[in-house]
Amino acid sequence: MTEVLVLIDAVDGKVTKPSLELLTIARRIGEPSAVVFGAADNGVLAEYGAEKIYTFDDAAFGEYLVGPKAEALAQLVSEKSPAAVLAGASTEGKEISARVALKTQSGWIGDAVDVQVAGDTITTTQSVFAGNFTVQAQVSQGTPIITVKPNSTAPEAVTGAGTVEAVTAEISDAAKTAKITSSKEKAASGRPELTEAAIVVSGGRGTGGDFTAVEAFADSLGAAVGASRAAVDSGWYPHTFQVGQTGKTVSPQLYVANGISGAIQHRAGMQTSKTIVAVNKDDEAPIFELVDFGVVGDLKEVLPQATDEIKKRKG
Amino acid sequence: MTKIVVAVKYVPDATADRTFSADNTVDRVGVDGLLSELDEYAVEQALQIVEAGDGDVTVLTVGPEQAADAVRKALQMGADAGVHVQDDAIHGSDAFATSLVLAKAIEKLDYDLVVFGMASTDAGLGVVPTLVAERLGLPAVTFASEITVDGDTVKIRRDGDVATQEIEATGKLVLSVTDQTGEARYPSFKGIMAAKKKDVQEWTLEDLGIDAGSVGLDNAWTKVESFEPRPPRTAGEIVTDEGDGGAKLVEFLASKKFV
Ligand SMILES: Cc1cc2nc3c(=O)[nH]c(=O)nc-3n(C[C@H](O)[C@H](O)[C@H](O)COP(=O)(O)OP(=O)(O)OC[C@H]3O[C@@H](n4cnc5c(N)ncnc54)[C@H](O)[C@@H]3O)c2cc1C
Ligand SMILES: Cc1cc2nc3c(=O)[nH]c(=O)nc-3n(C[C@H](O)[C@H](O)[C@H](O)COP(=O)(O)OP(=O)(O)OC[C@H]3O[C@@H](n4cnc5c(N)ncnc54)[C@H](O)[C@@H]3O)c2cc1C
Repeated sequence: MTEVLVLIDAVDGKVTKPSLELLTIARRIGEPSAVVFGAADNGVLAEYGAEKIYTFDDAAFGEYLVGPKAEALAQLVSEKSPAAVLAGASTEGKEISARVALKTQSGWIGDAVDVQVAGDTITTTQSVFAGNFTVQAQVSQGTPIITVKPNSTAPEAVTGAGTVEAVTAEISDAAKTAKITSSKEKAASGRPELTEAAIVVSGGRGTGGDFTAVEAFADSLGAAVGASRAAVDSGWYPHTFQVGQTGKTVSPQLYVANGISGAIQHRAGMQTSKTIVAVNKDDEAPIFELVDFGVVGDLKEVLPQATDEIKKRKG
Repeated sequence: MTKIVVAVKYVPDATADRTFSADNTVDRVGVDGLLSELDEYAVEQALQIVEAGDGDVTVLTVGPEQAADAVRKALQMGADAGVHVQDDAIHGSDAFATSLVLAKAIEKLDYDLVVFGMASTDAGLGVVPTLVAERLGLPAVTFASEITVDGDTVKIRRDGDVATQEIEATGKLVLSVTDQTGEARYPSFKGIMAAKKKDVQEWTLEDLGIDAGSVGLDNAWTKVESFEPRPPRTAGEIVTDEGDGGAKLVEFLASKKFV
């Protein structure tokens, strides 16, 4: 079986859920090999099917932008000739993999939401135009290099050998130009990560700036909290939580939009959610065109009642 | 003196019914197009950098005939000059070929800084800035939310998922900017009139020394095999809150096993 390189994303050593999804997808193609910059929990990687774990360790990876990582991964790709390279569709995942694709003269697919394999042919599905179309694509040159969006598949645990191999790369001076002078970690919200959450509860301008009811409802469901750009631009919620074209794309099992009108740019980030619910006091709000269930009403009344009801049911 | 090139893309209007042509490429003719809204932020940042110091702004687009509209809009906002690369052979290019054409055009221009939008509003991959930088051998600072130019040092704030980074770079640089950088200006009447007199150069692949065999649909490294519209959503149930809206909402959630 041929090797498939999977670029692993780990925060403080903890492997992210999208990376486990990538390992699961990689098994459809061949034998997954995890590629780790810095450190990741090798036990978890093996548990999710990594046969090999390539670890790169160099201060340059943290001090500069993606240049050094892209050079290192490109060297590994040239050396191993994998059947494919998979990376997360995060900013960094896309930038590293796109540079690797150019360096190795390989085709690259961005933002896949599914990867199908038939024989030697890998076909991806992308969701485009605010989720209004799905597109099937294939790589026609070089090693298929594919970035996959979070929530594209459920991670499946299958034990792999997890053989660790420390590898080194030659990093050019040209890759070490833009220097990161400071990096401030964001405080954790204690809620599930927005793009990974099974349920997302969002608030918009209709909250009037008070997210208490939205957060309480989210917490009763164990959900992540999102926001519309209107809420973010008003300074009511941090930008990291923005859902939409210029924010996060979420595709949870359940999305609840509260006081959000449903502008095309917001829809672009949530339209592929499996079930959509909205609370809005305007019965003509465009968001209602998308919903499986909608409540025309004031979120300040509807949400607290729903929160109490859920707590009651949970006992 | 900061010479800035801003890359701007002409895209189908996101509020119109965007679709594909028979050859699986984006329909750029049947749907009204415009300057990608996210590129307005790039033009705005370039104008602000020049206004705070000294320099000029050239906008660059690669696209069909109508793409001249995108250049025109940027000139109306205040950019000094425009370049439109147009060649039938470019039709259907992937992100890699697009980046090749852009990089060659940028090389032909005199520049210190290249500014992009964070992503197009059609394909929205957000990697063209990175690919152009890779081709030019330059660093790319993407998704910048704040930019300050101080002599030949550019300082950038980047608001990522996990952390907020401060980045410093000297020398030539590729930037992409987010919509967090600040509202883009509207063209003034004066700006609209002045734009009519500004110079727009039209270049072909030949002018850039690019072989037609390295761009276009037939030479793309990635190919779209098929597309299909999402099935329409079946109309959902909508209730009006009469004091029991929250309870009804939870009943629905329970019926779907979310509670
Ligand atoms: C649905 C769909 C899916 C696609 N998937 C892939 C894929 O997986 N892999 C692939 O290689 N190609 C893909 N393409 C092709 C790709 O979108 C085009 O090559 C496009 O020209 C560049 O990518 P982008 O629009 O995503 O640019 P982005 O990287 O999102 O654009 C970022 C910025 O680059 C600048 N820019 C981009 N294009 C131009 C231009 N023509 N002129 C001037 N400035 C520009 C703008 O400043 C823009 O804001 C896809 C196209 C579509 C329609
Ligand atoms: C280039 C570009 C990129 C963009 N990117 C994004 C993006 O990523 N994400 C995004 O969200 N937007 C984005 N936008 C902005 C988008 O166009 C809308 O302006 C935005 O989504 C509106 O947010 P909203 O629905 O919260 O506010 P509004 O459109 O003002 O809607 C507020 C809604 O709340 C309802 N309401 C008011 N009070 C109550 C109440 N008490 N109870 C219940 N309902 C109430 C109102 O009826 C209304 O429907 C972008 C725009 C541009 C131009």
